[in-house]
Amino acid sequence: MQWEVVIGLETHTQLKTNTKIFSGASIKYGAEPNTQADEVSIALPGVLPVLNAEAVRCAIKFGLAVNAEIAPRSIFARKNYFYPDLPKGYQISQYELPVVGKGSLTVQVGDQEKTVRITRAHLEEDAGKSVHGAQEGMSGIDLNRAGTPLLEIVTEPDMRSAAEAVAYAKKLHELVQWIDICDGNMQEGSFRCDVNVSVRPKGTEKLGTRREIKNLNSFKFMQQAIEYETQWQIDTLEDGGTIQQATVLFNPETGETRAMRSKEEANDYLYFPDPDLLPLAISQADINAVKATMPELPEAMKSRFEQQYGLPAYDAAAITASKPMADYFVSTIQAFGGEAKQASNWVMGSLSAKLNEAGLEVINSPVSAQALAGLLKRIADNTISGKMAKDVFEAMWAGEGDADDIIAKKGLKQVSDSGAIEAIVDQVLAANAVMVAEYKAGKEKAFNGLVGQCMKASQGKANPAQVNEILKKKLA
Amino acid sequence: MSLTINDVKRIAHLARIEVSETEAEATLVKLTGILGLIEEMQAIDTRGIAPMSHSQDVVQRLRADVVTSGNQREYFQKIAPAVEDGLYLVPKVIE
Repeated sequence: MQWEVVIGLETHTQLKTNTKIFSGASIKYGAEPNTQADEVSIALPGVLPVLNAEAVRCAIKFGLAVNAEIAPRSIFARKNYFYPDLPKGYQISQYELPVVGKGSLTVQVGDQEKTVRITRAHLEEDAGKSVHGAQEGMSGIDLNRAGTPLLEIVTEPDMRSAAEAVAYAKKLHELVQWIDICDGNMQEGSFRCDVNVSVRPKGTEKLGTRREIKNLNSFKFMQQAIEYETQWQIDTLEDGGTIQQATVLFNPETGETRAMRSKEEANDYLYFPDPDLLPLAISQADINAVKATMPELPEAMKSRFEQQYGLPAYDAAAITASKPMADYFVSTIQAFGGEAKQASNWVMGSLSAKLNEAGLEVINSPVSAQALAGLLKRIADNTISGKMAKDVFEAMWAGEGDADDIIAKKGLKQVSDSGAIEAIVDQVLAANAVMVAEYKAGKEKAFNGLVGQCMKASQGKANPAQVNEILKKKLA
Repeated sequence: MSLTINDVKRIAHLARIEVSETEAEATLVKLTGILGLIEEMQAIDTRGIAPMSHSQDVVQRLRADVVTSGNQREYFQKIAPAVEDGLYLVPKVIE
């Protein structure tokens, strides 16, 4: 039987605020345990939550970025469960009326576009952390993280492969950083994904029973976990078994997913409106005020790059995949002043390859946008060939100076003096009578051989376009 | 809607409240009484009336995103039953 996997994501993004969602304690990462846990974070009796205006602004920004409905009135609810890192015995979240409603995000999967529907996004508080092994038979509790503002972003079960799920997660990861509501630091847990996976016979409508893979904090693990989980569910069903709804954890060492506990029914959380918090009202004026501070969104920038710079859609999408990349490209173009396609080729090609290889982000690139523009200028004015430029770029990457320094130091100047090139061509033609004869007998390949010989004779410095032209003329 | 003794035990478990057999029986009677009252209220026609989420018809006031509280760990941990290295200690949690 042919199976189809159905995937939905719930992503917890930690909002980039100074303080907690319901109190004035700092949320700075890495502080000593419990030094940022105030009376609200540790849930002393009688304390009351007061909502952080910046967390609300972040939610509105996100809503605008995914073309979602922003609720004029939303409410906070208590999600009840018992765990030592949740001192109140409930998490303040939103249930019935979330701040952000239906929206969508379009992602690029290979050469296909895919639109993922966003069901909702709601504000909630994070829990604290349990530290095991503090003392025999005890767990240590650090409540610094308790009360940290989160926006939980939930999708419809719209994804049909691990690749689609990862493409969505990556796009979302870039988007929340682009609109500056989340620092995107996955190691520190600022962006965590829960993935709901189920399988069904291809062509059927009814959804299978899902299992939820919790707390994936890397895209690589997400890919592996979904692939393993999908195969496990298919194998289980093909062996005549059934899938039990469950929460599973991914073990990066074995590459396997394993059930953590049977998933409790949603109503086991006994959600009810939190009487400590009044409804949150958001007016059109509030939305407009946030809109005025929004940066240009990736989709809009992509279309603009296509029109303003004449970039192909593929290039525009690649360049606007992240804000730092787009900024780098714009700086390059401004300093270069030449053909945009040339700049996008270099940014997407050599630069991206080098960055990937070194595991660097573009903001940490050893070759600045201005330096790259300097190189592009020398290609554009025919000082060096594209092939020489690759070598110059390598040297720039290695910190040997700017393009002009390196060209001068290595004596890489391209020879574009037609007299000099003609001399070289004559010399090569005289020394390679066999190839000349082959070419004249109709063997096209021999021509390339002759070009190669000319380039070699010039130590790679001859302008290849001119060599081609002069050779053709002489062989005609 | 009528409750069973198992419903009572399940709710008690979710709330982490230990109830004996006799307490469960007594609670069942009380809860059934409350549900009876709710049933009476449900007979009222509320079509077209938006549900309230709060007893007061006012909206949330927001707080500026400014740090207003510092480290009070020592003060708070004075009343904690057990602490170590700044952590609150609780009986071991097993997943």
